[in-house]
Amino acid sequence: MRAAVRTGWRIGAAAAAALRGRAGRPLSQAAGEGGSAEGGGGGGGGSGSREAVERLVREHPVVVFMKGSPAQPLCGFSNAVVQILRLHGVEDYRAHDVLQDPDLRQGIKDYSNWPTIPQVYLNGEFVGGCDILLQMHQNGDLVEELKKLGIRSALLDAEKDQEKK
Amino acid sequence: MAPPTAEELRERLRERLQAEHVEVQDNPQLCPGSFRVFVVSGKFRGLKTLQRHRLVNEALGEELGRIHALEQKTLTPEQWEEQQRPSLA
Repeated sequence: MRAAVRTGWRIGAAAAAALRGRAGRPLSQAAGEGGSAEGGGGGGGGSGSREAVERLVREHPVVVFMKGSPAQPLCGFSNAVVQILRLHGVEDYRAHDVLQDPDLRQGIKDYSNWPTIPQVYLNGEFVGGCDILLQMHQNGDLVEELKKLGIRSALLDAEKDQEKK
Repeated sequence: MAPPTAEELRERLRERLQAEHVEVQDNPQLCPGSFRVFVVSGKFRGLKTLQRHRLVNEALGEELGRIHALEQKTLTPEQWEEQQRPSLA
């Protein structure tokens, strides 16, 4: 799914946004779900608009805006986010490659009023970048936050296995 | 636009946050224009991590536009003191 999205980038912001957010579904269906903004051929809105970004952050309990993809991160900080999520057994999440879309890259920074990438959203709420995620991982907060989303961190099971031994 | 120097950032943070302690390290090998900052300031009292980081971002002002990446560690003076105290195991 992600590979197809990556190669489709040059086709224009609106179409790209539809592909990114609703991989495989037709543009008309995607526009209908969102409700607002991208009507009118994506002239005013575009993939970086507040509405478009809002839609993306609410798409899934765990959404990450990064450089590159989980399979191939293109920046050390983005890679760190992927690795931390992986440690907790979180493999099912939405990742958006901002390098593929300059409008989104700026839009996500405007939305969160946060200057850098990667950006991690849990349940539609901006949590922070790589260093905050790392701190949350180290102090146990991440396990708690994932629990609130109904995601059981793999680290809990790892601890349990240890206790059994 | 050239990125700012570590010294420029250090000064600005010290001044704007009335910081007790500021360390700024640039990370050219990770990404050019990327910095790691450590700030101790009473202004962080009562603020959650994200809020503290936003305060630092604000303090950096227009310098932030020249920074590619930023890692932060933020402590209140009390937290810093506690961290420096050797642990009584």
